[in-house]
Amino acid sequence: MAQVERPLSPHLQVYRPQITSVLSILHRLTGVALAGGAVLLAWWLIAAATGPEAFAQVQAASSHWLGKLVAVGFLWALCYHFCNGVRHLAWDAGWGFDLPTTEKTGWAVVIGSVVLTALAVALAWGGAP
Amino acid sequence: MVEFALPKHAQVQPGKTHAAPEGAKRLKEFRIYRWNPDDGRNPQLDVFQVDLDDCAPMVLDALIKLKNEVDPSLTFRRSCREGVCGSCAMNIDGTNTLACTKAIEEVEGPVKVYPLPHMAVVKDLVPDMRHFYAQYASIEPWLKVESSPPSRERLQSKAERDKIDGLYECILCACCSTSCPSYWWNSDRYLGPAILLQAYRWLVDSRDEATGERLDQLEDPFRLYRCHTIMNCAKTCPKGLNPAKAIAEIKQMMLARQG
Repeated sequence: MAQVERPLSPHLQVYRPQITSVLSILHRLTGVALAGGAVLLAWWLIAAATGPEAFAQVQAASSHWLGKLVAVGFLWALCYHFCNGVRHLAWDAGWGFDLPTTEKTGWAVVIGSVVLTALAVALAWGGAP
Repeated sequence: MVEFALPKHAQVQPGKTHAAPEGAKRLKEFRIYRWNPDDGRNPQLDVFQVDLDDCAPMVLDALIKLKNEVDPSLTFRRSCREGVCGSCAMNIDGTNTLACTKAIEEVEGPVKVYPLPHMAVVKDLVPDMRHFYAQYASIEPWLKVESSPPSRERLQSKAERDKIDGLYECILCACCSTSCPSYWWNSDRYLGPAILLQAYRWLVDSRDEATGERLDQLEDPFRLYRCHTIMNCAKTCPKGLNPAKAIAEIKQMMLARQG
């Protein structure tokens, strides 16, 4: 009998997103985003070392609304990755595995990351537009 | 390897729509994944209507009814119909569970039924489990002892016996493993939550004398450490077990023996 090629059953296409998997992929994505953000950070430092004109360029870019948006995104990625990193640390120590706790710590990470970001933004821009 | 899209021949196309039973007042739509190895076509999503006033409460009841009354070629595994055999594990309403313990009423809107995710399909809702079973065999799931047998049973204290609670109940339905993205991308080398929970079941059994050897077998970047604590496994387990916790405890045993 001829061998038919068996189809792979649907996976990502049908699996319902849930707090467990969504927070996990966000951890990975924010990790990647932070690597990108680190390049921008390096650009800022190099510009500072290069001279006033180069630095002025970076300042101009970062005070543009798009630059600010990127900065806030970077901040949130940092806060999220940090908070969820602490959650992973607890897991590695064997704590927080039962489902109700996992869901609570998950939401705590989401809320915590937004609050930390808002605090940092308030501190950095001090209410000035 | 990570491949987000399905291969061309595996992509699901619209299928047959079966007429609703006459005179039914409470209809529920079922959308069921179909693949027939003999017709050379892609998998299809067939649409059925079930009269809930004329059907027992579980998703498995509806599947059996459809097979009996509408389409006898509808293929799925089932046996105990009470959640102890694990045969009817499938993806229902977006998560993996046993069709026999999933109430139709729990599902809002149409009931979507697919085979366990990221598996080779044998026919319709029947996935090929050979690799999963081979992985189970690879952990040598039996009591291993060096010491000579005592004159009676090998006894355990109550506390020792308690350690395998939450582990021995696993029925190897594969709901957890096939809910795990790490297992989707790396099932060739990663053992997955079900098999690792089983491995832990023997690691913590006070009667087993091969703990070191078992840990050696698991000490591998893929076999054990592809677990990234996503927790889909614990979320989906139809028996309410926690494979993620078992895996974390294996990782801790690894650390502990390094001293």
